[in-house]
Amino acid sequence: MTKETTSFVYVTYVLSTPEKVFEAITRPDVARRYWGHENVSDWNPGSKWEHIRANDERTVELVGRVIEVSPPTRLVITWANASQASDPAAYSRVTFEIEEYENMVRLTVTHDELEAGSGMANGIKKGWPAVLSSLKSFLETGRGIDLFAKPKSA
Amino acid sequence: MHADKVFKALGDPTRRKLLDLLCEKNGQTLGELCENLDMARQSATQHLGILEEANLVSTVRRGREKLHFINPVPLHEVYERWVRKFERQRLSLLHDLKKELEGG
Repeated sequence: MTKETTSFVYVTYVLSTPEKVFEAITRPDVARRYWGHENVSDWNPGSKWEHIRANDERTVELVGRVIEVSPPTRLVITWANASQASDPAAYSRVTFEIEEYENMVRLTVTHDELEAGSGMANGIKKGWPAVLSSLKSFLETGRGIDLFAKPKSA
Repeated sequence: MHADKVFKALGDPTRRKLLDLLCEKNGQTLGELCENLDMARQSATQHLGILEEANLVSTVRRGREKLHFINPVPLHEVYERWVRKFERQRLSLLHDLKKELEGG
């Protein structure tokens, strides 16, 4: 494969425990509260996972496979638009690393093997910072940020 | 929690320039970054250290190279706390004004 790839590394420190951060990513009932989506899988290596919008339509927006799971410190998945699920070249890779850091947790999300300049690369650039700051806010205060918020008067 | 470090790190034109360079091309080495900056490696290293300390830059070792990535998560927190709520107020003010003028 000769596509030019790009990668991103996002880091946030959360006043929480590795277990809670791991659950916040892998448990649908937790993820829906700060992400507006659920990540649904049995979380076994080789299993598929789906990223489902947590509303009445329950649209499957992203799909992929679980590559590596070691709760509560590491999770590696592949990642593609559901509409491109049959194209092997469309899959990128996301690695979650969760480390204890004094009284906090350092969460590193590495998104690599992304096609440079693709819609997905541009989308995740906007997406991850918002998702991670919402996750931090949710675990620290019990309230996530409404990721679909619009200005009140719009 | 890290707000002081974030604002301090941003309060310097060289460090803002470094972030701009990483925004243009993520995952650069020190050498690549220095090519675009008129300064010695040593001072660039110091500036990158301050950015890393503020969690605005994260680094990954790949073989012998150290790659620098912009980490906009703290900036997003600044946006949520300091920008978005004011933006909403301003928008609703404009909305009220428009309603009043058009209604009158």
